[in-house]
Amino acid sequence: MAYDYAPFPYVAPPGLTAPEPRHPVAIVGAGPIGLAMAIDLAQHSIKSVVLDDNNVVSVGSRAICWAKRTLEIFDRLGVGTRMRDKGVTWKVGRLFHGADEVYSFDLLPEDGHKYPAFINLQQYYVEQYLVERAQDLSDHIDLRFLNKVTDHTDHGDHVRLSIETPDGPYEIEADYYIAAEGAGSPTRKRMSLPFEGQTFEEHFLIVDVELPHSPFETDDPERWFWFAPPFHAGQSALLHKQPDNIYRIDLQLGPDTDPSTEATEEKVIPRIKAIIGDTPFRLDWMSVYKFRCAKLDRFVHNRVLFVGDSAHVVSPFGARGGNGGIQDVDNLGWKLAAVLNGAPATLLDSYDDERRHGAQENILNSARATNFMTPKTEIEALFRNETLALAAKHPFARKLINSGRLSQPCSLANQPLQTGTHPLVGRALIDLPMGNGWLVEQAQGRFRLLTVDAQDWQTPDGIDTLPLPNTPERTQRYGDTGAFLLRPDGHICAFFETPDAKAIATAHARATGATP
Amino acid sequence: MILQDTLGPEGDDAYAALIAAHEGLSTAQSHALNARLILILMNEMGDPDRFTQLLTEARALSSSD
Repeated sequence: MAYDYAPFPYVAPPGLTAPEPRHPVAIVGAGPIGLAMAIDLAQHSIKSVVLDDNNVVSVGSRAICWAKRTLEIFDRLGVGTRMRDKGVTWKVGRLFHGADEVYSFDLLPEDGHKYPAFINLQQYYVEQYLVERAQDLSDHIDLRFLNKVTDHTDHGDHVRLSIETPDGPYEIEADYYIAAEGAGSPTRKRMSLPFEGQTFEEHFLIVDVELPHSPFETDDPERWFWFAPPFHAGQSALLHKQPDNIYRIDLQLGPDTDPSTEATEEKVIPRIKAIIGDTPFRLDWMSVYKFRCAKLDRFVHNRVLFVGDSAHVVSPFGARGGNGGIQDVDNLGWKLAAVLNGAPATLLDSYDDERRHGAQENILNSARATNFMTPKTEIEALFRNETLALAAKHPFARKLINSGRLSQPCSLANQPLQTGTHPLVGRALIDLPMGNGWLVEQAQGRFRLLTVDAQDWQTPDGIDTLPLPNTPERTQRYGDTGAFLLRPDGHICAFFETPDAKAIATAHARATGATP
Repeated sequence: MILQDTLGPEGDDAYAALIAAHEGLSTAQSHALNARLILILMNEMGDPDRFTQLLTEARALSSSD
């Protein structure tokens, strides 16, 4: 079934007729990142206005692979379960060289987690669920479709925006301005900010087809990747299942193809038939694109903050674009809320530090995967092919094959807000069954002390304790002693061996930017 | 960087084995063998930092011509 792209209603904004009171936050862009940002802020009781030049969800499936950590963040935002229930769950990736399977990997071999390693869900569903969630929070979220931001000026303590609507232009002011407009960010261009990195020359064709039955030879959907598949000589290919019996096919196009004619039925249909034979199918969406890895030098420019693809772009192998952007939101939401409630604005610098570090890691991983897939020289191709040849027999070479290092939550170890060197400090929390639900449902959203043992843990005001159950999973994931201080974004920022209220207060002050 | 001998009296044996391994191969096949061998040795060393140092040393000799 093709998705029904119902437009969201446009409502004439109040600013057309009278000046609006200054908004705490203006979010530019109602894609997954901008919407998640508004919901996160609303859950911290911060009001925002969300401005989008369009009035429908993403046209085409675009970002489809949502990682476990993203689902845990979406759980906190109130849409995780809905996404999981609609999405196609998978955890096994299978790699082929020619017609032969080289090896497979399992991204989440253990039980005891609310969310799976990955789900596939079309971006249009994700945006629809986020819009509906934002509409439930309409006391705090003012969603404005067909409101195109055409200019902005940072006045030091606020930003002034010029906006175009079907009824004419108006202006608003906001304490903070968040650019969540995607890779083409007009805000970034208006500010002439350098956005540098690496562009890859190869073109990739991306096609969604609806099929009557699964082309996978397994019961559970998987991620299948081919180097030099028999149906697409010399190039690479990727196959994923999405809901509604839609399958995503990514095909690397050879250097001698003309990208301007590739996304046509005439060209695409023979390519699909080469893969699935005579099975009848419906073409749902197609696109041809080139990859780029780039990021801003800074994500924070006084009152203008960049999140998601506005701040950084990666190549898609590894699912690090959308998933990286959601981690930006998770990191920024509680910090911006704290700053608007009186915390020092320097706390936002830690967003810049921590998420530039995350973006750097995502760019490194996705650039390496793309390089492995698209050798530039004879010698690169030689090493790639010999790695594939060795991998059939030798496990070490399988690890070197890079068809995308799939998104993992970024570790914030050694960043300024964290205290100590325990191996879990800086990591995102690891889910646990809690007896009456899951750790990811109960722990996130505010500072909390996760206590592992039964010592008399005293906490400063504003920090609740959450005892972890005495189970084999807890021992395996958190050990048997001590306590962990958890940030609102679910990252562990300190570990304590024994109860020490002063040490906990010091770590908390550091994590909230109150002390250096 | 100065790399001291670690093979001792068996150095000639190892060198001869390396040359013999390429006997009867085309240049392309020899390049492929070398690539596989480097990958295997890289893993056998199990020391990415040291491997990078050795790469740098090997590269330094080629950049002088």
